[in-house]
Amino acid sequence: MSKSEENTTDIQRRKVLVAGAAAAGVTLVPGVMMIEVAQAKPDAESASRSVRWGMLIDSNKCKSGCDDCVSACGKENGWAKDKTPMSQKPQWMRKVNLKHKATGKEASLPMMCQHCEKPPCVDVCPTGASFKRTDGIVLVDKHTCIGCRYCMMACPYKARSFVHEVIEDHDSYMPRGMGTVESCTMCVHRVDKGELPACVESCKEKAILFGDLNDPNSDIAKRLKEYPSRQIRADLRLNTGVSYEGI
Amino acid sequence: MKRVDFLEIEGKSGGFFLLLGALGALLIAALGSAYFMEHNGHVVTGMNNQIVWGIPHVFAVFLIVAASGAINVASVSSVFKKPAYKPLAPLSGLLAMGLLAGGLAVLVLDLGRPDRLIVAMTHYNFKSIFAWNIFLYTGFMAVVFVYLWMMMERRFNKYSRPAGITAFIWRLMLTTGTGSIFGFLVARQAYDAAIMAPMFIIMSLAFGTAIYILVLMAAYKWTGRELGQFVLSKLRSLLGIFIAAVFLIVATYHLTNLYVAENAGVESFILFDGNVYTYMFWLGQILIGTALPLALIFSPQLKTSNNALVYASIFTIVGGLAQLYVIIIGGQAFPMDIFPGYEVTSSFFDGQIGMYNPSIPEIMLGVGGIAIAGLIVTIGVKLLKFLPANLSDNAVDPHHKG
Repeated sequence: MSKSEENTTDIQRRKVLVAGAAAAGVTLVPGVMMIEVAQAKPDAESASRSVRWGMLIDSNKCKSGCDDCVSACGKENGWAKDKTPMSQKPQWMRKVNLKHKATGKEASLPMMCQHCEKPPCVDVCPTGASFKRTDGIVLVDKHTCIGCRYCMMACPYKARSFVHEVIEDHDSYMPRGMGTVESCTMCVHRVDKGELPACVESCKEKAILFGDLNDPNSDIAKRLKEYPSRQIRADLRLNTGVSYEGI
Repeated sequence: MKRVDFLEIEGKSGGFFLLLGALGALLIAALGSAYFMEHNGHVVTGMNNQIVWGIPHVFAVFLIVAASGAINVASVSSVFKKPAYKPLAPLSGLLAMGLLAGGLAVLVLDLGRPDRLIVAMTHYNFKSIFAWNIFLYTGFMAVVFVYLWMMMERRFNKYSRPAGITAFIWRLMLTTGTGSIFGFLVARQAYDAAIMAPMFIIMSLAFGTAIYILVLMAAYKWTGRELGQFVLSKLRSLLGIFIAAVFLIVATYHLTNLYVAENAGVESFILFDGNVYTYMFWLGQILIGTALPLALIFSPQLKTSNNALVYASIFTIVGGLAQLYVIIIGGQAFPMDIFPGYEVTSSFFDGQIGMYNPSIPEIMLGVGGIAIAGLIVTIGVKLLKFLPANLSDNAVDPHHKG
C-alpha cells in the first residue's frame, strides 16, 4: 500500500471512530461525552475563525533542570530521534535559562514558535509555504517549502529548524522531510482532535496553560486578564499567541 | 564619434580552450558539490540552525548584485548619453546576464529542495520580497536581452535608448529588492535598516564596474586587440567614485547604528571584538576593498598604469566578498537579542555567537557561479559581435591626436 493510500485509509478509519464515538456519546452518556466530541474538529472542517489558540507559560513554576515538555514534544513530533549533530539538529522546543545581567534574577522557560498574529516568517516566505491558520496556529506546508530558509532569518525567536539530513521514519500525522523547514505546530494534530499539545500535557508543574484566547471564559483568557504577563519581544508588535509570566 | 566595428573573437587559440576547460572543470566541480549537498542534505555543509545562509549566499548575492552593476556601463552610454561608453555597452549587457545566471544558479542549488524550483515559479506570496525578487531577476534577464538585441541589430538601434532606460530602472529595482532581503528583517540587529537598499545599489556599481574592467582588459590582452587609456581612464574614474560612495554609505550605516544604544552590541561585535568578522571588515572590506583601490586609482603616479587598475579591480572584488561575508554571515553570527538585559543559555545556542566553518562543497558551489558567468561571457564573445575590434585611443577618442 502506498503512503497516500495508507493515509486515506487512516483518515477514513479515524472518521468512523469519531462518528462512532459521537453516536455513542450522544446516545449513551449525553452530558460529558457530548462536550468532548464537540471540541474535536472533524477532518473536513476548516479551522475556526472565532478561535485563537494560545499558551500562557508561568516561568515561576518552570524548573531550571526540567525539560519534560521538550522531551514530550520531541517524542510526539519525532524530532528527538534525529541523529544529526547538535548544531544542525532540529529543535522545535528548547529550555532557555535566563539570568538578569543587573539584578541576577534567574528564570527558566520553554521557547518555541510564538504563533504570532503577524508572523514575519509568513510575510517573507516566497511560496506561501509558511502560513497561519485561521485559528492562529502558524505552520509550514512541507509540500511547498523550497528550503530557502528566509523564514529562519526572519523569525525573532529562533523558533525554526532546517532538516539537514534524511529522515528515516516519521509519523503519518507529522510528515517531515530533508531540505524543508519546520517548527512547533502547537500539536495541531492533537488540538484538532480536542486534545492538549504534548508539552502542556507533560508538564507536572502545570506551568503551561493552553486554550482559546478569544473565549473570555477560557482559563487562559481569565488568567491573562487577572495577572500580569508579557509577550517576548513585544516591541516588535507581532502579538504572539504565547505569553509568559514571571519574567 | 568615430565609427566602431564590432567583431567576434577568433576563439581558436590554445589559451581560449584552456580558459573554457578551466571554467568547465570548475562548473563540473560545482555541480558535483551541489549533488553531494542535496544527496546527503545540508549536514555536509558548515551551515546549521544558527547560520542558515553560508558562503554560497555570499557568492550568489555578490554575483547578482554585480550583475546589475555590470549593466551600468551600458546605462552611462544610453541613459546618460555619453557616446564614449557606447562601444563598451554590448559587453556590459552580456556580462550582466552571465553574472546573474551564475548567481541565480548558486542560489537555487543551495536550496533545501532545488527540485522544487517549479513550486517557486508557480506559488507566490506577494508580501515576500523574495517572491518579488524572482520576478526582478527573471525580468532583468529578459530586459537586458531585449536591450542587447536593440543595440546589436542595426534596424532596431532607434529603440536602444528606451530599452536602455528600462534596463536602468529595472536594475535599480533589482538591487533595491536584493538589499531589502536584509532591510526587511526585523529579527536581527545587523539588518532591519532601510539603508540596506541604497547600500546594495552602490555596492553593485562598484563590484560590477570592477568585474567589467577585468573582463575587458583580459579579453583585449588575450585577443591581442588594442585598448587605450581613453576608455580605461573613464572606467578608472567611475570605479573610484563608486568605491568612495560605498564607503560613505557603510560609514553612515555603522555610525547610525553606533548612535542607537540597542545596536551597540552588534556594532562592537563586528567592529571591535577581534573575531573573524572584525578582521574581514577592517582588513578585507576597508583596507583591501576600499583604501588600497582608492590609492591605486587616485594616485597621480599611477594614472596610466594598467597594472594599478587591474589590482584596484581585484581588490574591489575581494573587498566586496568580504563585505558580503560580514553582512550575511556576521549578521547571523551575532546572537539574537530575544531577552534584552539577560544572559541566556540553552541547548539551541541561545546567547552564543553562531559558529560557521564553510565546507569545501559550499565554496566549490559558490565558485561555480563565477565559472558560469565566465563561460557565458567567453562563449558569447566568440559567437556574437560583443567586442569592438579596436578600442585604441586613435579609434575611440574624438580628440586624440596622432
